[in-house]
Amino acid sequence: MADLTAFSIQECITTLDQGNVSSVELTSAFLDRILQYEPQIHAFITLTPEKALEQAKEADQKRSALRKTGQDVPTLLGLPLAVKDVLCLAGTRATCGSKILENFVPPFNATAVQRLLDAGVVVLGKTNTDEFAMGSSTENSAYGVTHNPWDLSRVPGGSSGGSAAAAAAMFTPAALGTDTGGSVRQPASFCGVTGIKPTYGRVSRYGLIAYGSSLDSVGVLARSAEDAEVIFRLMAGFDERDATTIDVPVSSAVCKEDTPVKGLRIGVPKEYFIAGIQPAVEAAVRQAISAYESMGAEIVEISLPHTEYALPVYYLIAPAEASANLARYDGVRYGLRAEDGGMIDMFLQSRGKGFGSEVKRRIMLGTYALSAGYYDAYYGQAQKVRTLIKSDFECAFEQVDAIAAPVAPTTAFKIGGHGDDPLAMYLEDVFTLPANLAGVPGLAFPVGYDGDGLPIGMQLMGRHYDEATLFRLAHAYQMATDWYLRRPVL
Amino acid sequence: MTLSREEVEHIALLARLELSEEEKTRYQQQLSAILDHIAQLQALETSHIQPTSGVLPPSTRLRSDEPNEGLSREQALENAPDVENRQFRVPPVLE
Repeated sequence: MADLTAFSIQECITTLDQGNVSSVELTSAFLDRILQYEPQIHAFITLTPEKALEQAKEADQKRSALRKTGQDVPTLLGLPLAVKDVLCLAGTRATCGSKILENFVPPFNATAVQRLLDAGVVVLGKTNTDEFAMGSSTENSAYGVTHNPWDLSRVPGGSSGGSAAAAAAMFTPAALGTDTGGSVRQPASFCGVTGIKPTYGRVSRYGLIAYGSSLDSVGVLARSAEDAEVIFRLMAGFDERDATTIDVPVSSAVCKEDTPVKGLRIGVPKEYFIAGIQPAVEAAVRQAISAYESMGAEIVEISLPHTEYALPVYYLIAPAEASANLARYDGVRYGLRAEDGGMIDMFLQSRGKGFGSEVKRRIMLGTYALSAGYYDAYYGQAQKVRTLIKSDFECAFEQVDAIAAPVAPTTAFKIGGHGDDPLAMYLEDVFTLPANLAGVPGLAFPVGYDGDGLPIGMQLMGRHYDEATLFRLAHAYQMATDWYLRRPVL
Repeated sequence: MTLSREEVEHIALLARLELSEEEKTRYQQQLSAILDHIAQLQALETSHIQPTSGVLPPSTRLRSDEPNEGLSREQALENAPDVENRQFRVPPVLE
């Protein structure tokens, strides 16, 4: 039989639908592969094979029952999926990569997860992440580092590094991720998979354990634009439980059609091709841009003049929001409690013991930026410069339909490569932060490999609510090239 | 921009984080370096710029004022470190 773990989502659905394979068989194929290679990769914090097989069995029974009565079968009935461990799945612990939530078992489902469960997915487990999604390498997880399937001595990127590695290693057809400053796109780039960070407000944040609430978005990592689009479209849409979700209709699937890109205008921002970028990365991205030109797209040189300020703005706004969001971990209602003394001691010790060093660093930074005497100079100024960054994109999208740029300045770096230098790590995010600050969608996908055989990613950024143009462009590229079909040898 | 050790201790207390002496030394250095990098924002003239707190147009959505099911008391207490009489139990606030 064909290797089921290599199937696209559409192939999985078709084969399930035709009755060639049951969900139990499909799920077992992925679980077997995980069993074999997970010790090298460590993509998961929590694996739930028994629950997955139970869900798969129910899916198979449901399919045959619905068939008998001639009813519609849910779109993804019986399809395995992995979920980043910052999203709540009722009854399975959600650690956020943190010791402080080691034993936290959410009593409800995140809306994004619920919609996919309603569509019939089977959850394989919860994937590794930098603690509270704060990081660019998955090295900040309290549950150990994830290894890049292309080179086990390298990081998978982060913070959705477990999801990216799981999709690349064919542990799952796709995995949910979240992106606050690049945490879907950068690991997608490092692991050679396709990742969508939707428009802010496109997918509900209900049940997503908060980091930076004005920036957080729920996305997906998959092995093609077509697969990513299937999952994205099911998650997207207004949710009464998240007041920041938007009521703009999600467009119909574009990846199925023959999608011409002729006439689309693609902007190339000069600020994203700077000194320090790895030559192979620049070359591959420029080559992909040329490929679009030969497909009939119009390439336009543009400028996003405030790009260089995105890093300082982000590292004020995100930590400020995090310092407020993470105040809830006080040892009272859930999470770790260290108790020795009175109430204040309990707060100090629970948080001191429960949080890892990057989380403490960002809480400290955010608390400082919001503290009396510094608020206007730091947080207030960052919010104003955020306006300038957002305006850069608004001006650009008057001229172009999408913006093409590298995802990260380099390919995957070595585990431990940044030592204990937080600023060097923050610079990894320099090309992904602006999309979050402006709230625009971004889609990352592989466009080549460097001399060490490591994947190189390009990102396309689009207008608010216009994920469809990004999918259309990425799908056209993937129909014309085969970089996205390369798989790591484990 | 260099943070003093006293400032680091003050921020840690505001944030309710107990730090070891080694952590205080490390954060003093690292936060100072990060704040140095961030200082480039001060160079931008922004007196006429409106701040952005969220990227979407602000809107207040209304719904009908009808009670609906939330978490049960048992569910809400499931993850609590300490419970007494179906309530969260905490250490003494006042001695």
